[in-house]
Amino acid sequence: MNAEPEPMRPPLMQIGDIHTYYGKSHVLYGVSLEVGRGEVVGLLGRNGVGKSTTLKAIMGLVRPSQGTVLFEGQSVTHMQSDKLARLGIAYVPEDRRIFRLLTVTENLRTGLDRHGVTDSRKKELLEKIQHYFPVLAERRNQAGGTLSGGEQQMLAIARAMMLEPKIILLDEPTEGLMPRMVSQVRQIVDVLHGEGVAILLVEQNVPLTLEVSQRIYLMEKGTIKHHALASELRVTDAVIHQYLGV
Amino acid sequence: MNARHAVIYWTGFSVILVLLIVAPLVLPEFWRRFLTEILIWGLLAMSSDLLIGYTGMVSFGHSAFFGLGMYGAAAALLTVSPPSLGLAMLYGLGSAAAVAAFVAYFSTRLRDIYFAITTLIFSQIFYVIIFTWTDVTGGENGLNFTRPKLGLPGLGSLPFTSITLHWFVLALVTASYLMLRRVTQSPFGMVLQSIRENEARTRAIGYSVERYKIVAVMLSGLFAGLAGVLYALQNRFAAPDFVFFVVSGEVVIYNVVGGLGTLVGPIVGAGFFLLLREASSRFLTQYYLIPVGIIFIAMVIFLPQGLLGFLRRWLNR
Amino acid sequence: MLIEQILIQTVNGIVTGMILALVASGLTLIFGIMDVVNFAHGEMFMLGAYVGVITYAATGDFWVAFVIATLTIAALGAALYWTTLRPLLGRDSLTTILATFGISLVLQNYALWQFGPVARRIPEPVSGHFTFFYLDYPWYRLIIALMSAAIIGGLWLFLKFGTFGIWIRATMQDRVMAQAMGIPVPMVLTAVFAIGSGMAAASGVLFGPLVGVNHAMGLDWVLKGFIVVVVGGMGSLGGSVAASILISLLEAYASLFVSPAQAVIVSFVVLILTLLFRPTGLFVRTPR
Repeated sequence: MNAEPEPMRPPLMQIGDIHTYYGKSHVLYGVSLEVGRGEVVGLLGRNGVGKSTTLKAIMGLVRPSQGTVLFEGQSVTHMQSDKLARLGIAYVPEDRRIFRLLTVTENLRTGLDRHGVTDSRKKELLEKIQHYFPVLAERRNQAGGTLSGGEQQMLAIARAMMLEPKIILLDEPTEGLMPRMVSQVRQIVDVLHGEGVAILLVEQNVPLTLEVSQRIYLMEKGTIKHHALASELRVTDAVIHQYLGV
Repeated sequence: MNARHAVIYWTGFSVILVLLIVAPLVLPEFWRRFLTEILIWGLLAMSSDLLIGYTGMVSFGHSAFFGLGMYGAAAALLTVSPPSLGLAMLYGLGSAAAVAAFVAYFSTRLRDIYFAITTLIFSQIFYVIIFTWTDVTGGENGLNFTRPKLGLPGLGSLPFTSITLHWFVLALVTASYLMLRRVTQSPFGMVLQSIRENEARTRAIGYSVERYKIVAVMLSGLFAGLAGVLYALQNRFAAPDFVFFVVSGEVVIYNVVGGLGTLVGPIVGAGFFLLLREASSRFLTQYYLIPVGIIFIAMVIFLPQGLLGFLRRWLNR
Repeated sequence: MLIEQILIQTVNGIVTGMILALVASGLTLIFGIMDVVNFAHGEMFMLGAYVGVITYAATGDFWVAFVIATLTIAALGAALYWTTLRPLLGRDSLTTILATFGISLVLQNYALWQFGPVARRIPEPVSGHFTFFYLDYPWYRLIIALMSAAIIGGLWLFLKFGTFGIWIRATMQDRVMAQAMGIPVPMVLTAVFAIGSGMAAASGVLFGPLVGVNHAMGLDWVLKGFIVVVVGGMGSLGGSVAASILISLLEAYASLFVSPAQAVIVSFVVLILTLLFRPTGLFVRTPR
């Protein structure tokens, strides 16, 4: 794990001074952060500070009134989400949002059936999922809606992996999961990191986030208040207490 | 509303009213009747605005209220001799109210698209019944009847002339407007608008949304029925064509073109549309609906708030 | 006598039901995927019939006319969607209903202008009767039912297998997430509108030989189509087929006792009963 930034290359993703509104209410007050190639970056904060909204703004699901999103140096600020997905940004939303009436395999195919993917590569990717998510393999012909909460979370992540993304935006993947599933999520994050996939992880689970991330941003009231290397932070730190009341 | 706003509003209102009173005296016969028709369709559109613009309930069923008002009046004028204005209005409003009660029941159980489609189907049910029950309703050919006299209690009665009929219609439409305005600005009206904005929240606060919706539908239906009665008086015939759902669609068009949620907007919309239709039909013979339709579609896309939409907040203060 | 009449009406009901199913499938697909109540659907039916008339006059071949009409109207549907409905995508449902209503008015009058008020005819491609019990039943009607079934069956297969089918079904369930998965949602919506319009046009051509082709023929069908979509369950292909046949059968039986114009009340009653007791649709197994 190389913590030194490569001097000449720009970070994989850079968002600068993003403002968003919900009706008249000002939600994000100038959020700026960056994620390097293959980095796991955590975004922590209390409920309602705008962490999910930040991910949505990146993914084009919420329109920023101001600010820029750069991906691989290119401006993608107002791009449609399908284009972003094809560029290599995958999104796993807070409520999973798997396609309930499609089977597990069909859910995976929404990411798999892309331009430029050979049949053999598709087979490889499906086998990879079988390996990391044996439960999903078992249930491959079952409708997504019949899966348990934890299984749906796995499916949501697996589906995103089918896009072979360069970065995955993960919104509270461990919310409502049993400890056994939480450690499974943790494992997957490690696997993805090992493959060089960057992750922007929004979480409420502080210990987990501190373990898997290289860097942490702390958010409060719609803006980034603190930024540190994960190795410099501990769960007991005053800073953590201040922004999370943990 | 503050004093200055009141002055401007009422001055504008009076000016327009005076113009409408004087108009029939200077206009040739055709345009006189045209103006009266604009008022009648405007009333129908205004009644629909209460439901669509203020309560947020899209209805394609106003042709049912309109048509039943028309046929109700026809029934009174054909069965009771001598033809009585009061009775015509009573029967007409009664019929419209009956239909409105029926629709009101469904309005509480259905939402959005389902409600819209159901109201459309209701129009068609009545259309089919009226169209096929030839013995009673005259079927395809409709009913013809004579216009009753204007009977003023204590003053005797005199027959309507085209001018006095216009004033009669104007008086009723103006009174309807003022009544509806009162309603929309009252606490009741505020609740209706709150239902339009966010029905779930309104219910959560504690209002019985069902009751408000029922009253809204009844009121809307009554004023639509009144328009039907006036139409019957003006033209002296009733025909199933007016109950066909396309008429409801046209009414909704007047609402949108004029501006939803303004009450006067729909009247302007009706006038705009009817004038456009008249002008097109003179220059383009029968296929005037093609350019008119295209203009309408363009308006829906580019000017969805309607012609008077920009006045909406001002008019509702 | 009555048995014969009931038999004939049963078959008639099924045939009409299959045409209605073809019209309604397109409508339910469009509604399911973009929440648009497409008033102009009836005009796709009508214009399909007219294109059929013209192409038949030029080529003398019914099936060529059938194919050309379907493709032409599918293209028209795509064009209409792209220019008029796509800009309205985020707005409230009233706006789209009105827009499609406006399109319907324009197209109807356009047809009236171009083709005049006198009805045209398309001759049947297959004439003659076959004996059904001791009655003569026209071959062509049977062919209509089979063709409709084939087309709907084809659509079902397309939706179930095939990548595009998955894209359509995913977009129907969660448009935002489908797009976030890289599915080109605008293209999917256009394609669905085209498919729906094409199917309506196909029904129009098939129905052409049974009645005259005129500018107002679409209105009845779009109305019944809406009823079927609601009774069958919005977005449910199987539901709309079942509902189409149910309603058409009931109407066919009813017209033994009342005039056909009055028989339509049956479909209205079915709609009202459905809305009162099973608003998500009669044939929907698990109400969502």
